[in-house]
Amino acid sequence: MTTNPMHQFEVYRIGPEINLGDINLSFTNASLFMAISAISVLSLLFFGTKKKSLIPTRMQLITEMSYTFVAKMINDTTGSSAKSYFPFIFSLFMFILFCNMIGMLPYSFTVTSHIIVTFVLAAIVFIGVTIIGFVKHGIKYLELFVPKGVPIALLPLIIIIEIISYLSRPVSLSVRLFANMMAGHTMLKVFGGFVISLGLLGGWLPLGFSVALTGLEILVAFLQAYVFAILTCIYLNDALNLHH
Amino acid sequence: MELEAAKMIGAGLAAIALAGAGVGIGIIFGNYLSGAMRNPSAAAKQFPNLLLGFALAEATGLFGLVVALIILFAF
Repeated sequence: MTTNPMHQFEVYRIGPEINLGDINLSFTNASLFMAISAISVLSLLFFGTKKKSLIPTRMQLITEMSYTFVAKMINDTTGSSAKSYFPFIFSLFMFILFCNMIGMLPYSFTVTSHIIVTFVLAAIVFIGVTIIGFVKHGIKYLELFVPKGVPIALLPLIIIIEIISYLSRPVSLSVRLFANMMAGHTMLKVFGGFVISLGLLGGWLPLGFSVALTGLEILVAFLQAYVFAILTCIYLNDALNLHH
Repeated sequence: MELEAAKMIGAGLAAIALAGAGVGIGIIFGNYLSGAMRNPSAAAKQFPNLLLGFALAEATGLFGLVVALIILFAF
């Protein structure tokens, strides 16, 4: 058997060990790749908007496309009332997209394949949306759990189901992204292991599969960032426009 | 039964969740195609919804995978 396909998800320390009381704050490969993706987003936006020409360069085109993509997504799902939340959703989308895409490079580390990272992102969205809903509608926000046009007899059951589904939002949001990235990368490594173990004669078939799977994984990396952002928009829509 | 063997069987059972994901993805793409054949002019507008449905359906199967991994490695 070749090396363990889970080996790629190992977090190890880079540089000196930093301890703050009982908390280990050392710089790890996960933090390194988070910093790399944040810096890549920043530099894309910085250099893309530096020379504002009428005929855009490739860099400027990518920047404008990502801007209009997210702006259109927010406008379509949440309406114009969510314009002020554009910076948050844009940075969320770009950060997850770059983390996923940089993870597709060989020998790199996928930050979003760790549940704690995705869970923190989902928890920020969940807590933020709940606070926005209560600030905007006050106690009437609880009407979210009472769908319109439901018979009175069914109402107690429906309310319990709605509350459970509301509380399971951060779990499903984080596990979706984490499971997709982890399963995809494990699958790529397993097929890579088949190439070695089948040797020169039989190894070509799994090699072709790996190439196709890499294409699929790049699609999934984009799709999961898109799904995360659009679900954030849908949750925001629930909080901003109650019962619409 | 040995604990290790029970873990393996449980992880294998958890992988059955992928059947549901397969059915879901098939329904999504099949219905999209049949709708697009009836009204091709409306097809392009619904493509983002198709991708969203695909990603949501695929994720439910992966929840099963997560259960399998938790059984194998966390207990």
